[in-house]
Amino acid sequence: MDTTIKNSNLKSEEYFINMGPQHPATHGVLRLLLTIDGEIIKKVEPDLGYIHRSIEKMCERDSYQQIVHLTDRMDYLSSHINNEAVCLTVENALQLEIPDRVKVIRTIIGELTRIASHTLWWGVMGMDVGALTTYFYGFRDREMINDIFEETCGARLTMNYNIPGGLMFDIHPNFVKRTKEFIAHFKTKLPEYDTLLTGNVIFQKRMKGVGVLTKEDAISFGASGPVGRGSGYSCDVRKHHPYSAIDKVTFNEVLKTDGDSFARYQVRVQEMWESLSIIEQLIDNIPEGDVQVATNAVIKLPKGEFYQKVETARGELGVYINSTGTKNPYRLKFRSPGFSNLSLLNHIAVGSKIGDLVASMATLDLVIPDIDR
Amino acid sequence: MTNEALQNLISSWIPELEFTEEGSQFLNISVKPEQLHQLLSQLKSNAETSFDYLFCLTGIDYEKALGVIYHLESTTHRHIIVVKVQTEDRENPTFDSVWDIWRTAEFHEREVFDFFGIKFNNHPKLKRLFLTDEWEGFPLRKDYVDDINMVIK
Repeated sequence: MDTTIKNSNLKSEEYFINMGPQHPATHGVLRLLLTIDGEIIKKVEPDLGYIHRSIEKMCERDSYQQIVHLTDRMDYLSSHINNEAVCLTVENALQLEIPDRVKVIRTIIGELTRIASHTLWWGVMGMDVGALTTYFYGFRDREMINDIFEETCGARLTMNYNIPGGLMFDIHPNFVKRTKEFIAHFKTKLPEYDTLLTGNVIFQKRMKGVGVLTKEDAISFGASGPVGRGSGYSCDVRKHHPYSAIDKVTFNEVLKTDGDSFARYQVRVQEMWESLSIIEQLIDNIPEGDVQVATNAVIKLPKGEFYQKVETARGELGVYINSTGTKNPYRLKFRSPGFSNLSLLNHIAVGSKIGDLVASMATLDLVIPDIDR
Repeated sequence: MTNEALQNLISSWIPELEFTEEGSQFLNISVKPEQLHQLLSQLKSNAETSFDYLFCLTGIDYEKALGVIYHLESTTHRHIIVVKVQTEDRENPTFDSVWDIWRTAEFHEREVFDFFGIKFNNHPKLKRLFLTDEWEGFPLRKDYVDDINMVIK
């Protein structure tokens, strides 16, 4: 039978489709305006602001102690590291001498935060591309970290453990024991991640060659974190601008050169091993000493400008404070990693299919409140 | 490169630049709006400076003036520099866009436009990013008032 259509007047044309703001793969309220031709993406345009709270404006009203609490609500999966960023900026501005105990505890909890964030990402990323089991594996392991946080900080997600000058209070007596238990547990579970998903042929076919980002583009778009490192761009703030106790440990910066979704995936999974190694190097050597230095009840920064970058689970978070010498910042800007990483989505998604967009987005690891600050 | 060497090199390109390290951990350059694009593109393309990473772009309201601050880093040399530009025109503040130098500026400039009302010449799509198109005023300006949404202590 001849199946060709003769004298066809069928033609394709471009049209718009909305993805989000309540789409499960956007993990929050992000709306993407897709221009598509058939199933091929011609343009991706993010529409932001559904949960913008204008944290930067609120900071101009608040004292420096209060600002720390607002940063939890940006990238809520890196809340401890966000807090640390503001505290470090204030401490550097005041030229405070921070006890070693504080630095080590901050770094340990920061790396635990990174593992917790990456396990959650691994779970939901697998779910985005159709592997439902990963969700339960990821959340099982993250639960142990959240329990450690709960015991020490009193909260599981928005921890508020840092204050300008140190920590809110000392670690719980069980902290070291439970962290070691977690390391032992996770070392047996992390290889399961690879056997369950990394080697899976269907998964690899969905990831390899999808959403390719070159190193030059990664730098130009201001990519950071695992997104940049998946493109072979050495951008780990912990390596280039060490802070807290990171200079006391040795660890490898995980770099992959393929630049596709699979490379970004591999970077995050291997980073969990590196974080485990950092915690192991520090956990037995927490120095004795105070957990805070005294600051004035009303903190006034000297006149000037202060900048601090830290490496959150998503990449480079920058805090810029412009102070006129009063108790509030004159201007405070958060350079959030998610915002820059989102800006390259159009670049890597054009020409691919809608299903591939989901895979690309999953490996960008976007947290929407981090973009809508 | 050290800050001193950077200052010597950059001042040989454009003579009227103002350099300062006071009140900041980085070397700061103040540039006139008409020289902004030339300076920034030279900072990126010159092999000795090669500032290929724009890591922060901040809008700021100095009350008398509106400004933009560019934080630049070189991924090869790992030095950092800050470039500042400002204008006293509050009605129609305009600078040249740098999105053709660093692609990341496209989104960052839209954010600055959204919250400060600063326009950027040659920007591919200068429209509000977070707020709705009908929004009146620019919330991060110091003289912005909103009796309903802002809580002032």
